[in-house]
Amino acid sequence: MNEEATDLTPTQSEKNVRRIVGRFGPPALVVVFTIALWEIVIQILDVPTYIWAPPSLIAQTVQERLPELLHHGGVTLMETLVGFFFAVFFGLAFGLLLHFSTMARRALYPLLIASQSIPTVVLAPVFVLVLGFGLWPKVAVVGLFCFFPIVVGTIDGLSSVDREYIRMMLTLDATRMGIFRRVEFPSALPQIFTGTRVAATYAAIGAVFGEWAGSQSGLGWQMLQAKGRLDTALVFADIVFITVMALALFGAVSLVERLTIPWARKGG
Amino acid sequence: MTALATAAIELRGVHQRFGEVVALANVDFTVNRHERLGIVGPSGCGKSTLLSEIAGLIQPDEGTVAIDGATTPRERLRRCALMPQRDLLLPWRAAIDNAAIALENRGMKNARARERARPLFERFGLAQFEERMPAELSGGMRQRVAFLRTLMAEKDILLLDEPFAALDSITRSGMQEWLLSALEQEPRTVLLVTHDVDEALLLTHRVIVMSARPGRIVRTLETDLPRDRPRRELVTSPQFAALKESALEALEL
Repeated sequence: MNEEATDLTPTQSEKNVRRIVGRFGPPALVVVFTIALWEIVIQILDVPTYIWAPPSLIAQTVQERLPELLHHGGVTLMETLVGFFFAVFFGLAFGLLLHFSTMARRALYPLLIASQSIPTVVLAPVFVLVLGFGLWPKVAVVGLFCFFPIVVGTIDGLSSVDREYIRMMLTLDATRMGIFRRVEFPSALPQIFTGTRVAATYAAIGAVFGEWAGSQSGLGWQMLQAKGRLDTALVFADIVFITVMALALFGAVSLVERLTIPWARKGG
Repeated sequence: MTALATAAIELRGVHQRFGEVVALANVDFTVNRHERLGIVGPSGCGKSTLLSEIAGLIQPDEGTVAIDGATTPRERLRRCALMPQRDLLLPWRAAIDNAAIALENRGMKNARARERARPLFERFGLAQFEERMPAELSGGMRQRVAFLRTLMAEKDILLLDEPFAALDSITRSGMQEWLLSALEQEPRTVLLVTHDVDEALLLTHRVIVMSARPGRIVRTLETDLPRDRPRRELVTSPQFAALKESALEALEL
């Protein structure tokens, strides 16, 4: 190869930089633009900060009250994670039960779908009454929020396996368990992860709902306190923390997904 | 040896209905051990149904299917390996892990199953491709791996359901040669379903021509072509032309 040609070919790291900029550049630009617009509009219209806080004040609040925010953030994070892991565990287990037992599927699947018409949020006060003001009522709300998408992802993923694969495996001496391990479960993984990613975005919101129903700490609790004191900037700071938490959990699930099922990665 | 002792597959009066549709009507034939039988017919003549019957995946409404004398679906499943038209390689398994899956299905550890598969990759011209993922292989290569997977089930009876139909004609010719030499090294009883008359005549000892729905046998051709001659000579020989004409006539083409 001659040198000029090599000079024109981007190196691997250059390609990576381009890929990352190409992917995250446009949304980042939109976020920066929105924040700038928000700041400018509030400055120009001179809106009182207790009605609508400008980004600069929110940033200042985050900085000044960081220890407090981290403390309450930690509480909410714990509720979110514990509830989420419970949901993953029981969602998978329940999905597998319905997949393997025709009887369980017939009896429970319609009820599972029907149960979605119960707004989980209104159950939060009930959980507080039963489980008190600590961690567990929040875990219950988060768990219920996250359970459904994971179960549905699991059942749909397992049942949408191409029948041809199963026929082929049967002539290759596969047992029921062998078909499950080598065909059904791996091919269901993309859908299981889709359900889990959806659940990950709900999880933090579930914890906040749980805290609103009754709590002594957590970002949701702090939000209610801040609202009562017309501390709008702190309300926004809490929202920022909750959002970051939801994004982080979503990102973590996506990362695990990429590492677990590289074959399913779609182009781009 | 008597004919009975060597019959690997025996079908007697097989009928198959799917609701109102009669898929197979009174199908009778036998295949001897290590014989290669071709089945040609128009689309929808029940060729694939026939393979499912033999493999034990479905049970005929009437008649019997016997493999080495065994007639229960379970016993038939144990004796046959099916290779479908689509390669159906599992995308999360490397080529060698796909090829060795039957051994794992029988409880062998992955590492040992891979060791058993490795020599086959070399013998059948797939060396260096062991660790490739299916997505990295060409259509022809994938089909070879799918065939190795079928072979590695270590069953005497191979049921090939239009194995090369999805390939372009040049790749297909290469694959047919490859299959012949593979079967020379590893003789098996083969049932080859195809809608390509040339393919059936070139690869098998005997060809059954089936009619459109309801599927029944309309002609049987002995194909004893000299196997040592190059393909181009075979397909242009008068003997081949006569067989092909007879087959096409039976297909009403």
